[in-house]
Amino acid sequence: MELKYTEDFRNNDRVRTLVNAIHKETVHAWKIMEICGGQTHAIARFGIEEMLPSEIKLLHGPGCPVCVTPIRIIDHVLEIAKRPEVIFTSFGDMMRVPGSESDLLKTKAAGADIRILYSPSDAIAIASENPEKEIVFFAVGFETTAPVYLATLKEAKRRNLKNFSLLTSLFTVPPAIDMILRQPDHQVSGFLTAGHVCAVTGCGAYRTLAAEYNRPMVVTGFEPTDLLYGIYKCVCQLERGIAQVENAYKRVVSDTGNPEAIQLMEEMTVPVDMEWRGIGVIPASGLSLNKRHEEFDAGKKFPSKHIPKTASATDVCIAGDIMKGNKQPSDCVYFGTTCNPEHPSGAPMVSSEGVCSAYFKKMIIA
Amino acid sequence: MEITCPVSFTDFDRVLLGHGSGGKLSRRLIDTIFYPAFKNEWLEQNHDGCVFPMNAGKLACSTDSFVVDPIFFPGGNIGDLAVNGTVNDLACCGADPMFLTVGFILEEGLPLSDLQKIVYAMKIAAEKADVRIIAGDTKVVAHGQCDKLFINTSGIGAVPPDVCISPSKAEPGDVVICSGNIGVHGITILSTRESLGFETTLESDTASLNKMTSKLVKTITDVHVLRDPTRGGVGTTLNEIAEASKVKIELDEARLPVPDAVRAASEILGLDPLYIANEGILLVILPEKHAGEAVALLQQFSEGRQTCVIGRVLEPGGASVSMKTIYGNHRIVTMLTGEQLPRIC
Repeated sequence: MELKYTEDFRNNDRVRTLVNAIHKETVHAWKIMEICGGQTHAIARFGIEEMLPSEIKLLHGPGCPVCVTPIRIIDHVLEIAKRPEVIFTSFGDMMRVPGSESDLLKTKAAGADIRILYSPSDAIAIASENPEKEIVFFAVGFETTAPVYLATLKEAKRRNLKNFSLLTSLFTVPPAIDMILRQPDHQVSGFLTAGHVCAVTGCGAYRTLAAEYNRPMVVTGFEPTDLLYGIYKCVCQLERGIAQVENAYKRVVSDTGNPEAIQLMEEMTVPVDMEWRGIGVIPASGLSLNKRHEEFDAGKKFPSKHIPKTASATDVCIAGDIMKGNKQPSDCVYFGTTCNPEHPSGAPMVSSEGVCSAYFKKMIIA
Repeated sequence: MEITCPVSFTDFDRVLLGHGSGGKLSRRLIDTIFYPAFKNEWLEQNHDGCVFPMNAGKLACSTDSFVVDPIFFPGGNIGDLAVNGTVNDLACCGADPMFLTVGFILEEGLPLSDLQKIVYAMKIAAEKADVRIIAGDTKVVAHGQCDKLFINTSGIGAVPPDVCISPSKAEPGDVVICSGNIGVHGITILSTRESLGFETTLESDTASLNKMTSKLVKTITDVHVLRDPTRGGVGTTLNEIAEASKVKIELDEARLPVPDAVRAASEILGLDPLYIANEGILLVILPEKHAGEAVALLQQFSEGRQTCVIGRVLEPGGASVSMKTIYGNHRIVTMLTGEQLPRIC
């Protein structure tokens, strides 16, 4: 295994050079929001915020799919997972996300056949080995992971596996940015858009947003030098009064994105209004399997008996306000007291990419 | 490891329920597999239990169960893991391990040749660690009621009179020493799991550490803490020590001995090497003035060649672990929450 790739992008000298450049460039106070939970995690892990001038504040956006998956979907998942004919499969990070009464881990302990996979293609193998069982994969994610699930589904279709389906919780980023910028009192000066999402979708959608709301959108990666370079580019635009889409992650992101992945999404899904946990319904911000693929939609195959279709009642968690950039985790009365990584009350405390989990670790150290 | 023990199984080649019945088949299992491997005067008392002499003084006692999946992995198998695991727990009490007991839970259908390989690995591991296996038990459960085999080992060892090792004894001014590479066992086990689809050249670090600890505690009298960071890894183990001693511990990221293969696999899988299980390294906490001597002493052993100082104990209070990153800022190292990887040992 070759390691140099990540090491180069963590190099201390390069980090210092970029930090100095940001300090030199910064005159005014700016609030910059990183969209992606992976970026939030890296910012906390490498201590990026502490390196920045005090004028720059980072806001942590709604790009953690684990965190924004609504309670009603978790409840529906638990209902499906408990069915005796179902083998429910999921990535590990969804296991501890609390629904209204339970989570996948507790449901598994109570006897449900729930399996943690590292790749959705493993679910295909399980489906072909267990023809008498129904295999459901919990497809949670943004435009980054959606094509992976869809490619898996296509393969299941090719193999004529009728016992495989996806329970989708798929979100798209641009409508969420639009929602944040529509708030009259929003505080965001500029955005670091999620590099891996842009690698799939390209940069087009962000041009409209940058122009409409007069906010810089810098396509940014995930390593320390990537993040600092993205912040640097954003500050440069802000200080000069420019608001453009700029690609600071060119080694991964092209302007047009990944045509095959885009085609999969167009071919197999349809945009739907989607509830984001803690935030509410954002118009056309989700992806659902389209009519031609309905038979693979676990949500339709195993309709919920008990769960209302409307948005769930607000829980105590203020994650929505945090992810919109209006509040900090420290504004929450439960943060770090009754809500902590061991006993999370809200999803952002569960996922390692959740903003509260990242802030909790920082709080102890302060 | 090639197995040379010449036992033949002419009339059966798999574990049957009858092997756990206490009758003829049980006897044959004992006579053909367990006794030849573990043979010693105490085991040969052939009684319900074992009577042995003991000098008065302090004794250490520990027990551990092993359920690792797969049972054979690069660098070892569940057998040597089970011996080394309990030997190391005793060693970390400052004890010289003396006697082990072994309990097997076997799944009906397990190939006897597998059992034989595992028992042979236990024999070799026990010899290396200079401990005797003096009592044992075997139960067989029906197919599907356990996974191949589970092993429990319990042990006792003698603690030299002046030695007093405890997780609550870390003090400000101490250093944290690590005797080898971090995360090797856990990543080795992960790489064997079919679904992950990656390969490494790593081998489990499973090894007995009692020779190292014995020399260490006899040479340097004020060793404060010894721990082998198994499940939960270095991060969780140091948190337990910080909690027990009510101190802050600070790690130095630049000094952490993480091999490239572990670092790369961790990046791909989203794991933190600090929380990955180890089976053959030791954490030592002692006053800074002894650091050089302790490092040099541990480096003399083959399993301690990579020994280095990885951190220090700061002021009392707070009971937390932090890490100075390569950029000079700090991040918290919390206790592992939940399960990073099931059935690692």
